[in-house]
Amino acid sequence: MNNKGISAIEDEIVEEFELFDEWTEKYEYIIELGQKLSDLDEKYKIDSNKIKGCQSSVWLNAYEKDGLIFFEADSDSTFVKGEIALLIRVLSGQKPADIVSNELAFIDKIGLRQHLAMTRANGLASMIKQMKLYALGFQSQEKA
Amino acid sequence: MSVIPSIVEKSIIRFDVDQVRKDFPVLFQEVYGKPLVYFDNAATSQKPQVVIDSLKKYYSEYNANIHRGVHFLSQKASQAYDDVREKVSGFINAKSEREIVFVSGTTEGINLVASSYGRKNFSPGDEVLISTMEHHSNIVPWQMICEERGAILKVIPISDSGEILMEEYKKLLNSKTKFVSIVHTSNSLGTVNPVKEIIQLAHEYKIPVLVDAAQAVLHEQVDVQDLNCDFLCFSAHKMLGPTGIGVLFGKINLLESMPPYKGGGEMISSVSFEKTTYNEVPFKFEAGTPNIADVISFGVAIDYLLTSDRKAIAEYEQKLLSYAIKSLSDIEGIRFIGTAKKRTSLVSFVIDGVNALDVGMSLDTQGIAVRTGHHCTEPVMDRMKVPGTIRDSFAFYNTMNEIDKLKEGLIKAIRLLKK
Repeated sequence: MNNKGISAIEDEIVEEFELFDEWTEKYEYIIELGQKLSDLDEKYKIDSNKIKGCQSSVWLNAYEKDGLIFFEADSDSTFVKGEIALLIRVLSGQKPADIVSNELAFIDKIGLRQHLAMTRANGLASMIKQMKLYALGFQSQEKA
Repeated sequence: MSVIPSIVEKSIIRFDVDQVRKDFPVLFQEVYGKPLVYFDNAATSQKPQVVIDSLKKYYSEYNANIHRGVHFLSQKASQAYDDVREKVSGFINAKSEREIVFVSGTTEGINLVASSYGRKNFSPGDEVLISTMEHHSNIVPWQMICEERGAILKVIPISDSGEILMEEYKKLLNSKTKFVSIVHTSNSLGTVNPVKEIIQLAHEYKIPVLVDAAQAVLHEQVDVQDLNCDFLCFSAHKMLGPTGIGVLFGKINLLESMPPYKGGGEMISSVSFEKTTYNEVPFKFEAGTPNIADVISFGVAIDYLLTSDRKAIAEYEQKLLSYAIKSLSDIEGIRFIGTAKKRTSLVSFVIDGVNALDVGMSLDTQGIAVRTGHHCTEPVMDRMKVPGTIRDSFAFYNTMNEIDKLKEGLIKAIRLLKK
C-alpha cells in the first residue's frame, strides 16, 4: 500500500524537478527513470493491454488488492517508460476514487506537457485515460 | 594558359552555402542553448527573408479581395495574384496557366482528383494503382473513392532497397486499371522513382497518371511536359513558400471534363436557384476567396528558386547526402532504410537497441531537429519491417559541419540510451 496521498507524491515530484534548470536535464532524468523501471512480464504484453501511440507503444496492466489499484507498465521507448514511471509512482497503490478524480497537475508543473509535441502528449493523455478507466471499472465493481 | 575548372570546382564557385544561409533568418538561433541544426526539411522547408517580407508587405500595403473589386487595392492584389499562376506554369513548364489550379497543398490536390475524376470515371470492379511507398495522402483519398465507387485499390510492390518493382508494375497494368497515382520522391525512403517510364507504361493502356511531387520540386526541376503526366501536385511550404497553398497541375482536357469539387463563390459563371453554370478551368475548382497572401508569397519563393543556380543546388545537396551516408555508416548498429540508387537528399535509418523516438528527443535536446516515426507512410514501414525510422532531410542551406554535429549527437544519444 502507498502511504502517501496522490497530492503529496505530486508535490515530491515537482520538488525533484525544481532541481533542473533545463529541459535537457529533465529529459535525461526521465530517461534514467525509464531505465530503472522494471520490465513488464511478457505475459502481460498482449494486445488487450496495449495503448498504441503515434510513435511508441505502451502496455499497461492493472490489478486490485485490498481496495487499492496497482499499475505496471512498459514501453518500447525509454522516455515514455520514464513518463510511465512517474504516473505509476503517483497513481499505483491508490484508491479508485482518488485516481479517477485527480487531475495530475504535476505534469504541467514540471514542464512536461509543454515539451511534448501533440502526438506524444496525446500518448501520455491516452495512458492517463486508460489508468482512470481501470480505476472506474474497479470502482463500479466495488459498488455492484 | 588557364586550366578549365572541373564541374565540382565550378559548383563551389557558383554555390556559397554561407552566403545562402544568410537568406534564412530562422537558422540563426539557439535551441536549449545550442545552435539550431534543422534537418526536418522534408516536413517543411525554411523560408527566405524575401518570402517572409512579401507576406508583411501584402498585408500592410495592398490587402484586398481580388477579381471583384473595382478599386485600386483590389486591382493591385488581383494582378499580383494572377501573375503567380503564370509563374507556376513556367516553373513546371505547363502548356498554359489554365492548367494550374491553386489548392491548399498536395493533399488537397490529390483529394480533388480522386473525388472529382474518380467519381465521374470509376465503376465497380475498376482498379486504381498506387505504390507501397505512398504517403498516407496518396493512399487514403483513393481508398475513399474506391469504396464509394466499388473500385479496387491495387498496390505496386517495392524491393528491399525501396525501389518500385517495375516488372510487377507492368503485370498489374490491365484493361481494368483506370488510374495510376504515384509518388515522385519518397518522403520516408528518399527514393526518386522513374516516373517518366511509369507514365509511359500507363499511357500504353490510356491510363491517366497523377504524380505526387511534394518532395521533388525543391530539389530538382520538374517538367510536366517532359514527364507527360496527367496530373501533378505539390505544396509551397516544402519549397520555401508559405503553408496553406499548393498546386494541382492537370492537363486542360482532363480538367475541363471533370465536375467541380467544391461549390461557392469564384467557381461560378452565373447562379440562380434553378441552375448554376460553372466558371471555366481553373476557376471552376477554386471556390471561395482564395489564399491571396500565400499565393503572392509563393510567387516570391518561386522567384527565389529560379534566380538560384538550381543545378549547383542539386549537386550540393547530393554531396550532403553522400557525406551523410559515408559519415553515419560508422555508427555501430545503424541500418539505413531506403538505399535506392537514385535518391533525394535525405537519410532514414534505425539503430539497433535504441528507440527512434528516444533518439529524436535526445537530438532535440542538442539543438538538432529531425523527424522520427513512420512519417505518414505506415505501409512502407510495415514493408521494411521497422516501426519507424529516424529521418534527417537536408536542404541546400545545410552544411557538412551540421552533419558532423548530427553524428556527434547520435553517438551521444546512443551512449545515454544504452546506459
